[in-house]
Amino acid sequence: MLTKRIIPCLDVKEGRVVKGIQFVELRDAGDPVELARAYDQQGADELVFLDISASHEGRKTMVDVVQGVAAELAIPFTVGGGINALEDMKRILRAGADKVSLNTAAVLRPELIREGAEYFGTQCIVVAIDAKWDEEAGTWRVYTHGGRKPTERLVLDWVKEAESLGAGEILLTSMDRDGEKSGFNVELTKAVSEAVNIPVIASGGAGGSEDFTEIFTDGKADAALAASIFHYEETSVKEVKAHLRNEGVNVR
Amino acid sequence: MIGIVDYGMGNLFSVSKALERIGVPYIISDKKEQLEKTDGLILPGVGAFRDAMKLLDETNLSGFIKEQAHAGKPILGICLGMQLLFDESEENGVFSGLGLLKGKAVKFSGESNGERYKVPHMGWNKLMFHQDSPLTADVEADHVYFVHSYYVTNEDRDALIASCDYFGEVPAVVGKGNVFGMQFHPEKSGDLGMALLKNYTQYVQNTEVEV
Repeated sequence: MLTKRIIPCLDVKEGRVVKGIQFVELRDAGDPVELARAYDQQGADELVFLDISASHEGRKTMVDVVQGVAAELAIPFTVGGGINALEDMKRILRAGADKVSLNTAAVLRPELIREGAEYFGTQCIVVAIDAKWDEEAGTWRVYTHGGRKPTERLVLDWVKEAESLGAGEILLTSMDRDGEKSGFNVELTKAVSEAVNIPVIASGGAGGSEDFTEIFTDGKADAALAASIFHYEETSVKEVKAHLRNEGVNVR
Repeated sequence: MIGIVDYGMGNLFSVSKALERIGVPYIISDKKEQLEKTDGLILPGVGAFRDAMKLLDETNLSGFIKEQAHAGKPILGICLGMQLLFDESEENGVFSGLGLLKGKAVKFSGESNGERYKVPHMGWNKLMFHQDSPLTADVEADHVYFVHSYYVTNEDRDALIASCDYFGEVPAVVGKGNVFGMQFHPEKSGDLGMALLKNYTQYVQNTEVEV
């Protein structure tokens, strides 16, 4: 049986790992390769690297970081940020990444999803979505550019479109919860997981082990991603998995 | 010496790094003359079946791989590389593969007994061994990492070495004679993945071929 995945996320800016509190306040939490190695040893199922400066500071490739991590790791990892064209995907995947994640670029030009999926197969293409509740619309809205720009798109429509274009996975970040440590957004995750037939990674709001249980059971997530609670050693992947196992959630 | 077949698509870097970790010499090449001198081949693969076969045909590597396989040289296909070893695939149409193993790649239906399930099959799943093989010698069945939307079906049962369960039986390790495939990514599957890769390289070392 397929296990639920725990995915530490490393937000990378100029080669260093940082984590923003609601995308604004940044603290330096270390070297990507060091962290990757530590997470691998802790039993992380996958890693995600996001170049958070990519959208507004121009395109930055992370080829060196990717190669360094791929040399150290025996687990898969996804790279996002600054991937705007098929050529960017080729460079990142050939440097050793297993998947690329598209966010702003896919919203601006959805065909990019199809191009990537046709060339690499859908399983290599992750569509990352920054979602924020819109009181007026009564649903979640898609934000781009690192969560700074609201778009016309609604999350539940966009995930379906992304899936039909060839997305292999959705990385869903709740901006309402990101950095708050008050728990994942169960409602949002469940709604998205039921709207599409591809795996959904829940992100934003992890505060402790019990949050993971909730997002896998009530939230119907296939994987859960967290950054700060792992970086600052408030808990470990090992602890979270032990808790999940006790709660009857199937983990590796 | 292992030859990693570079046909323009694939997880070359991670496969090569994995070989470095277990101390096995390798070359990465798209040239027959170079690949011919190696003791065993690895056919990696990330991507779509049609594009991969097209590239293999354009570079004349498909004929070369078949020749080498028929001559007895060990070959290991990984992920898409494993699917390429079979007769055909239904990915974006029906396309012929290398035909070294019997069976075809079909898409996960995404529905089982009226219930929907997620496609791709993505994540860590547990292997079940069906028969002894040099590839699975001295290893215990545990979790390995899968990422795929197509799986092999109608395969020769004799060629099924290990499978996993994802709303049905999914061939995970296959092999007949000197031709092997792994549907998951051994190079991304932690210690077990590394042990399986090491077993393949050991098999290569123990196999003498006059090609």
